[in-house]
Amino acid sequence: MAHLSLRNVGKTYAGGTQAAVSGIDIEIADGEFIVLVGPSGCGKSTLLRMVAGLETTTEGEIHIGERLVNKLDPAERDIAMVFQNYALYPHMTVRDNMAYGLKNRGESKTTIAERVAEASRMLELGPYLDRKPRALSGGQRQRVAMGRAIVRQPAAFLFDEPLSNLDAKLRVSMRMEIRKLQKRLGTTSLYVTHDQLEAMTLADRLVVLNEGRVEQIGAPLEIYRKPASTFVASFIGAPAMSLLDARISDGAISLEGHALARVGNASGPVTLGLRAEDLRIAPQGIPLAVEHVEELGAQRIVHGTIGAQNIAVIEVGEAAIQDNVHVAVDPDKLHLFDTSTGRRLEVQSQPHQEMAL
Amino acid sequence: MTETTIRTAASNRALLSRLRAWYNADTSNPVKRVQFDRPLTPWVFLLPQLAVIVIFFYWPSVQAVTSSFYIEDPFGFGSTFVGTENYTDAVTSSQYASTAVFTVFFCAMVTALSLGIGLLLAVKADKVIRGASSYKTVLISVYAIAPPVAGLVGMMLFDMHIGPLTDLAAFFGHDLRVGIDYGDTAFALVVISVWKQIPYNFIFFLSGLQSVPTSVREAALIDAQSGLRRFWDVTLPLLAPTAFFLLVINITYAMFDTFPIIDVVVKDKPANNPITLVYKVYLDGFKGNDIGGSSAQSVILMVAVAALTVMQFRFLERRVHYG
Ligand SMILES: Nc1ncnc2c1ncn2[C@@H]1O[C@H](COP(=O)(O)OP(=O)(O)OP(=O)(O)O)[C@@H](O)[C@H]1O
Ligand SMILES: [Mg+2]
Repeated sequence: MAHLSLRNVGKTYAGGTQAAVSGIDIEIADGEFIVLVGPSGCGKSTLLRMVAGLETTTEGEIHIGERLVNKLDPAERDIAMVFQNYALYPHMTVRDNMAYGLKNRGESKTTIAERVAEASRMLELGPYLDRKPRALSGGQRQRVAMGRAIVRQPAAFLFDEPLSNLDAKLRVSMRMEIRKLQKRLGTTSLYVTHDQLEAMTLADRLVVLNEGRVEQIGAPLEIYRKPASTFVASFIGAPAMSLLDARISDGAISLEGHALARVGNASGPVTLGLRAEDLRIAPQGIPLAVEHVEELGAQRIVHGTIGAQNIAVIEVGEAAIQDNVHVAVDPDKLHLFDTSTGRRLEVQSQPHQEMAL
Repeated sequence: MTETTIRTAASNRALLSRLRAWYNADTSNPVKRVQFDRPLTPWVFLLPQLAVIVIFFYWPSVQAVTSSFYIEDPFGFGSTFVGTENYTDAVTSSQYASTAVFTVFFCAMVTALSLGIGLLLAVKADKVIRGASSYKTVLISVYAIAPPVAGLVGMMLFDMHIGPLTDLAAFFGHDLRVGIDYGDTAFALVVISVWKQIPYNFIFFLSGLQSVPTSVREAALIDAQSGLRRFWDVTLPLLAPTAFFLLVINITYAMFDTFPIIDVVVKDKPANNPITLVYKVYLDGFKGNDIGGSSAQSVILMVAVAALTVMQFRFLERRVHYG
């Protein structure tokens, strides 16, 4: 077990004109669970594979524990990786799959047997130890891949979308299992996913990547509550935060001509972020033309437009929803972003009075 | 009298209706029923293939077996049944024994070398990233050369007067005399045959290598530092089905398809040159006009090949992983 540090890490693929990832600075504490999240092609896998040693690092330094590992082979880095398609050795039994790495590191037969037994007990793989991977279900293969990582007792676990080939229900239970296991073993982990729900539930800290750069690092709730940019705001949280063009004038935010709240920010155009769960349908407020309603059982998501701008509202009531309703906003729950850069603007509070309720 | 007629007619009709029922019957297996509405239809489709097999394989085989029990008059005027005399003659002749020994040696060398070198080249080509396609094309293009042409090219390389390989051997102090010296000829035969077969093995090994999933290789990269270990423990077992297939193909090649190469190299050479059993069948049958003896030899070959194939499938295929 060890801490992990990435210092100004970057990667330009051979023949590529543009860096796939660049300027990544992350310090990961011993035992921390870090989730890398971002849209497809943002460089999550590239970064993870650089830590694993499967891709060369063209810029910066990667340290695992006290060791600079940039030039080390994957097998020397003391890491274990779980792949999206499990990457089990098809010609080896489950037992051999787990034991293979240990054998190559010259562990004694008894140590190997002990560790495999321990891992298979933890993951309930006992009945399958002598089977080949092709005779296992997807979930069981996933557990074998986990077992193969665990038996190595590595300095760090690396996961590249390990759950995305499983069905929704299994994904949820495996997610919890991974989290419990990691807590119990206390192994530093780096986990890649593009599923923001998975990211939120697993992470001690989230790293949101966008086009090869870090957009924001922080605890899940911190990122949820204070997204650093419109990109993060629209990526974290479901349904996505509605981002609307608004104006600040005379110390008040107005949206499509409706005054929302008093703020002390400078006048001018601004991007207003509203989370669906912070809005509610009320007798008075901003008029909303309802377009369609998603029925989720516990709640409904009402999609509509204010002026010409799309917005989503979560509604928990049972009543039928009219075509034209009003929504109310809690002025404490507004998010403001710079229209040109997309960066977050802190709301400068004024002695406020609710204007739209 | 009439009773029997009636009975015959009745039984005829019963037989006919049974036949018709059989022809129209639904097959019991629903999967098959979906594909063919009548049980006879698949046979109609199979007919051309069966005809080819019967005409070009079973018929000649039966001919060979039959004529192996006769001694044919050299001018084709008649033949005498001699039982197994052809077989005992063939097996007890010392020439047959030495040819058999050479054939085994030749097959082993050609198979081992062409598989080994093909695999080595494929592994190297698999690692090449830049210029990979031209590299592959160069290696594969040899495959387009017909065996007799390969034999001719080989003969030129080994020619006693102008052959560069002869010069090379001379440089190392060896007087290479292909077509005259038994050992030298054997060497040339093996080299030419291996050279001709490498591209074939190369293509299959390369595609086999490329079908090993990248992530499995990467997992191995994390599990084992030594490249040789990884190759031995992970890549090779996953290549085993390809290798097994190639083993069968290569043995067959070494035994039968090298015929044109041997023909080009040893034809019209007076000396005692090494030949394979297949070439001896041809020599005895068509040059020596001993049809019976040559048939007997070919039947022995047939049995040997059948036994070899069964053995390969029984013992080897079981240890091969099909993943
Ligand atoms: N071998 C490669 N050669 C050149 N460019 C590559 C290579 N692998 C990835 N890239 C590029 O690097 C960028 C990041 O790719 P990466 O695989 O890290 O994305 P990702 O975030 O893992 O996406 P996903 O969620 O779809 O897996 C992409 O623009 C991709 O096109
Ligand atoms: Mg990826």
